[in-house]
Amino acid sequence: MNIPYTVTARPDTGVYNAKVGVWLFLASEVMLFGGLFSAYIFLRIGAPEWPGTILGHQYARASDILNVPLATLNTMVLIASSVTMVMSWASLAMNRFDRYRLYMGATIGLGFVFLVIKAFEYGSKFEHHLLPAEHNFMGIYFTLTGLHALHVIGGIIVNSYFWGPGARMWKTDPKRFTNRIEVAGLYWHFVDLVWIFLFPTIYLL
Amino acid sequence: MADHVSAVDGHNGRDDHHHESFWRRYVFSTDHKVIGIQYGITALLFLLFGFTLMMLMRWQLAYPGEPLPFIGNLFSDETMPGGVMLPEFYNQLGAMHGTIMVFLGVVPLAVGAFGNYIVPLQIGAPDMAFPKLNMASYWCYFAGGVVMLSSFFVPAGAAKAGWTSYTPLASIETMGQTMWLFGMILLITSSLLGAVNFLTTIIQLRADGMTFMRMPFFVWAQFITSFLLLLAFPPLEAASVLQLMDRLLDTSFFMPSGLIISGEVADAAGGGSPLLWQHLFWFLAHPEVYVLILPAMGIVTEIIANNTRKPIWGYKVLVYAIVFLGFMSFIVWAHHMFITGMGTVMSTFFQTTTMIISIPSVIILTALFITLWGGSIRFTTPMLFALGFLPMFGIGGLTGLPLGLAPTDIPLHDTYYVIGHFHYVVAPGSILALLGGVYYWFPKVTGKQMNDVLGKIHFWGTIICMNFIFFPMFIQGMAGVSRRLYDGGQIYEHAQGVLYLNEVMSIAAWLLFVFQIPFIVNLVMSIARGKKANDNVWEATTLEWAAAPSPPVPHGNFQKLPRVYRGPYEYSHPNYQADYWPQHATPEEQREPAGV
Repeated sequence: MNIPYTVTARPDTGVYNAKVGVWLFLASEVMLFGGLFSAYIFLRIGAPEWPGTILGHQYARASDILNVPLATLNTMVLIASSVTMVMSWASLAMNRFDRYRLYMGATIGLGFVFLVIKAFEYGSKFEHHLLPAEHNFMGIYFTLTGLHALHVIGGIIVNSYFWGPGARMWKTDPKRFTNRIEVAGLYWHFVDLVWIFLFPTIYLL
Repeated sequence: MADHVSAVDGHNGRDDHHHESFWRRYVFSTDHKVIGIQYGITALLFLLFGFTLMMLMRWQLAYPGEPLPFIGNLFSDETMPGGVMLPEFYNQLGAMHGTIMVFLGVVPLAVGAFGNYIVPLQIGAPDMAFPKLNMASYWCYFAGGVVMLSSFFVPAGAAKAGWTSYTPLASIETMGQTMWLFGMILLITSSLLGAVNFLTTIIQLRADGMTFMRMPFFVWAQFITSFLLLLAFPPLEAASVLQLMDRLLDTSFFMPSGLIISGEVADAAGGGSPLLWQHLFWFLAHPEVYVLILPAMGIVTEIIANNTRKPIWGYKVLVYAIVFLGFMSFIVWAHHMFITGMGTVMSTFFQTTTMIISIPSVIILTALFITLWGGSIRFTTPMLFALGFLPMFGIGGLTGLPLGLAPTDIPLHDTYYVIGHFHYVVAPGSILALLGGVYYWFPKVTGKQMNDVLGKIHFWGTIICMNFIFFPMFIQGMAGVSRRLYDGGQIYEHAQGVLYLNEVMSIAAWLLFVFQIPFIVNLVMSIARGKKANDNVWEATTLEWAAAPSPPVPHGNFQKLPRVYRGPYEYSHPNYQADYWPQHATPEEQREPAGV
């Protein structure tokens, strides 16, 4: 006996199973990042100054330590990748598999661009010995952005699977495949959204 | 729906289970029933193991410093040289007893085993919504258990900072604590996958006609429990990540400035907050208490309705109460922290919410008591356990009130009174209900009946011993004996008058083990040569009994997906010929006059 509503929506709830699942998963992700953001607020309230003195230097603002232009660029990159993600799903809905490949490829590519920029950012921090152990400001910065980067990597892996081997499902069950791209997209937009909260809280405030 | 299912069945039927290999069928199965049984067996073994740790500790508490006879020499010199327990080993046992009982024993048994096996059957679903995720959830749990167990064998042994892992102590602990954190991250992942799966299954896969208000209360309990697991566990995951950063990358999230360890200033940047850990930990761990108790309430409700042959009194009230309880459980966590100095405003807020949350618990318990009134009660073995649960949980709940109010909590905090309180909730409370659940659903799972005599010996032995273990804790606690003392309080003047109770509690604990032997024998013997049970051996109304064979069909549960016409507890209905009216019986049968 097969499991119902894997492809079509259940009439009374109006959604298919995977969509319920991913929204619930995202709710738990909100609590995960919510916990970390709360920890950040808790530590910042308790600190006499923020960021304060790190390695003998006095910093008045977070933007004096962190690279705001690079992070702004990264914000643009992620927003662009969200747009291409929507386009890849829309292409499938319009039955244009060739376009799907193109847009999904762009999404994956932009994900990599984000990570490369991030690597440069981390590299310059390491160069100046601004390590997590030096100060809780650096600790929070590395933990939050690191965990976010892990989520980006996870998204790239999922998207790459759907770009490559997973795309075979388009031939056998196009409706279900389109649903899968929608679900992957919801996750990708969430990762984007986390960054949009992260960027101002850590870099600007 | 029907069209869709048959269309898919056409080219991708899953009735080919007979050709599955041994590994696919019993080890890496995606059938919720097999996974439920895997969870059940693993969790029961962990319960036994966690209990064994406690039996070792009870020797040290009853006879401090005396070598453990017979088996004492089996331990290494780092743990029990000459059979005498070292304080470090006592701390390991204490921390791991709590961790194993909560995260590897009771929760996996209540949610992983009972939830997995029963929920899809009770809502009339062929399986869980995401079978592969279900399998992944079990194996994450299994891996977490392996990591926790192996932590006993790393240098300096397992975690020693208590099951709460309070910082900064946990931040400067030995390697066992790192293992604990990795183990917890695996267990959190497992429960996240499980919670997503349960919620999706209950929302999406209810049979035709199974509206939310026709769901058995057990399903409601699992539904709310899953929400708690989904939303409360991630902050502990966040906290575990932060503590791992502290331990592995020397950050100072939980290390305050100027912390002095053994007379030296700690080598850390400082600026962190030990209190932050407590907030994040209890944000999980208080809802976790309800994760331990809600499935137990669900099980008890099923058994009581079935054995009083009456509808549950106030089904809707029960549902509203449990939803409210789930919501409130997120805003009571800091009643564990009254003496941390967080301030009277915070204390006032959290003691108010704590008093409010006791109301729905009382409603649930009262509704179950009223259900007994006027019922023709069948004293079957599961019913004994359910009836035992009611007063035991009552004691656990009522003794919690003085702990929920800041002024009375201050003298009682961290005494044996606290240990007595939460053990009454979890051990004679939850575990009794879970054992009742094993007796209740065993015929469904195996198609065999369990032995009644052994079951009754098990029940009476268990409930009497448990009371002799936990009741003296209230007396010791009110005399001011602190928890976590290696010698059970010997060096304290004020403890002298109640020290004799240590021996009473220890003997009761070992006897409790003896009374679990009939249960283990019963389980094994009944599978091998129990009396054959028919499909609906308890004459119950819910779908898992009334509509599915015993054991249910592999991969699919029902010969034909049932359709539901009425609520879950239509017992002794005047318009129906039998004293139980199955949820899926067609309305035409209603017209048959009673007694024909």
